[in-house]
Amino acid sequence: MKIIVCVKQVPDTSGKVAVNPDGTLNRASMQTITNPDDMNAVEAALKLKDETGCKVIVVTMGPPPAASMLRELMAMGADEGVLVSAREFGGSDTYATSQILAAAIDTIGVEKDDVVMCGRQAIDGDTAQVGPQIAEKLGLPQVTYAADIHKDGENITVKRMLEDGYMTIKVQTPCLLTCIKELNNPRYMSIGGIYETYNKPLDTFDFDKLKDHKLIDPSTIGLKGSPTNIFKSFTPPQKGVGVMLEGSGKETCEELAAILIKKHII
Amino acid sequence: MDFNLSREHQLIRKMMAEFTENEVKPIAAETDLNSEYPRENIEKLFNLGVMGMCVPKEYGGTGADPLASAICIEELSKQCASTGDIVATHNGLCCDPILTHGTEEQKKKYLPMLTTGHKVGAFALTEPNAGSDASKGQTEAKLEGDHYVMNGSKIFITNGYVADVFVVFAMTDKSKGTKGISAFIVESSFPGFSVGKHEVKMGLHGSPTAEIVFTDCIVPKENMLGKEGRGFPIAMQTLDGGRIGIAAQALGIAEGALNEAKEYTKGRVQFGKPISKFQNTQFTFADMEMGCEAGRLLTYQAAVLKGQGVRYTKEAAMAKLWCSEHAMKTTTKALQMFGGYGYTKDYPMERMMRDAKITEIYEGTSEVQRIVISANMGL
Repeated sequence: MKIIVCVKQVPDTSGKVAVNPDGTLNRASMQTITNPDDMNAVEAALKLKDETGCKVIVVTMGPPPAASMLRELMAMGADEGVLVSAREFGGSDTYATSQILAAAIDTIGVEKDDVVMCGRQAIDGDTAQVGPQIAEKLGLPQVTYAADIHKDGENITVKRMLEDGYMTIKVQTPCLLTCIKELNNPRYMSIGGIYETYNKPLDTFDFDKLKDHKLIDPSTIGLKGSPTNIFKSFTPPQKGVGVMLEGSGKETCEELAAILIKKHII
Repeated sequence: MDFNLSREHQLIRKMMAEFTENEVKPIAAETDLNSEYPRENIEKLFNLGVMGMCVPKEYGGTGADPLASAICIEELSKQCASTGDIVATHNGLCCDPILTHGTEEQKKKYLPMLTTGHKVGAFALTEPNAGSDASKGQTEAKLEGDHYVMNGSKIFITNGYVADVFVVFAMTDKSKGTKGISAFIVESSFPGFSVGKHEVKMGLHGSPTAEIVFTDCIVPKENMLGKEGRGFPIAMQTLDGGRIGIAAQALGIAEGALNEAKEYTKGRVQFGKPISKFQNTQFTFADMEMGCEAGRLLTYQAAVLKGQGVRYTKEAAMAKLWCSEHAMKTTTKALQMFGGYGYTKDYPMERMMRDAKITEIYEGTSEVQRIVISANMGL
């Protein structure tokens, strides 16, 4: 059994956001972090590794510096890393990205008792599309919004967190799960893990490695091939300071109503 | 000469910075206020492999180098000097002498306890009448058959009332002066071992300091650390290494105070602008920053030399002296920038200033460091 976890390096939103002239994010100029939901997916995989001794492989698509993120995840306990990186892949939207990642995962190989895990969504694009699209392209059953995961032989019981409640689903491996922050608290790197990480295998899948894969259509990958294009990216201006009305009496209510009427809200 | 940290050291700093921000910072004020030993965090530090990190893998550690340990202590001390102290004592003053001077049997028995076994370590040298003049200890150990009988007491022992394993120095032959001192590994469970007074201190409230009392304490013969009569050089050598830990702790305190003051002065508006924009504030920051950088270079240099196995006595003393005096200066100046708020417990400045003071005293006072430095200058 092995678990393949898809991860993404995203801009640290506590810093400033920089945008390229073509509307895509200028990732090189920003501090980066591992996407928070992906950290929950990694932790879920490592918990299963603790229980079963299975192998955990972390996969990311991104520029070469994304390798440092994979090293950090391997310092947490992942066994191997795969960096999918090529100029031809740059600027891919979710459709193109899921094609490339699905091809990469298929190249690693998904066997009977394997699991693919993703974070629910990345904090840069917030689409939540890549995980489900990978599952579709690989023909795997998928369970999204996993808030609890239990593996019992070939079956995995997943508690999904929905807006108005929970749904418990039993799914057979191989399958794909997307994970949410309620699932767990990601562990830290360990000192031992840090000393081991640079001795662990880290493979790079470039364009040549994946271009002939059956899931790849070179005309629908990268910035040019992506069906969706970014029209404009910008940092929204900060909202002004609000007005606080104090008190619970009739006067305060009238004051509030007067403001709302003046703004044509009521 | 390369001043960049290795990839591993960079990751260790990142991991410890995250741990400190998420686990240490939220409880630092409470730890101080309630004089509470941060037990849960120490457990977590065992799980992460920070406690006893320089112990080789075969004895349960990770085989990290002294620089890695210094970086961990520095990061922890940016928010909580008590936590930094507990780690520094465990790693530098207990694991290190057992690793350096222990027999294979001692290493196999005690180092796994101090790493994977989650047992805390301590170092007991100081006595009421033997502080800077450590050679005047009165604690005695007499050989009786297959064990020593130890009598006496030690004071100001860091980790005193939480530790399970102590490196203890006692006279085995009073007639020989310092050559009559021997080192022992003593477990808190040995008959005749007891914990005396818990010290109420000015700072480092989360670090458990106590008196240790030996009343006909039975110490197995095989627990002598190093050869008989070699205790004093073992103590001095251990303190050389321990000073790197205290230098790192003091450096962390100074950096922590500097970071707090930077944030505060950028937001505090007086006379129509943030006080960080006044030249007096900026010049003070320049001095603080420069002192921290110098301290970092001295500390890392001493740690790297220790890792290389070459003599580092003078370098460790210089690092400890510089960093502790800079921590005191920096916390005092940083508190001043907070004005009245700095004097209250609403901000961490007064705690940092109280914590900084001890670094000028323990593991050799500033005066002792000057003795050590000048003694190594060929004067």
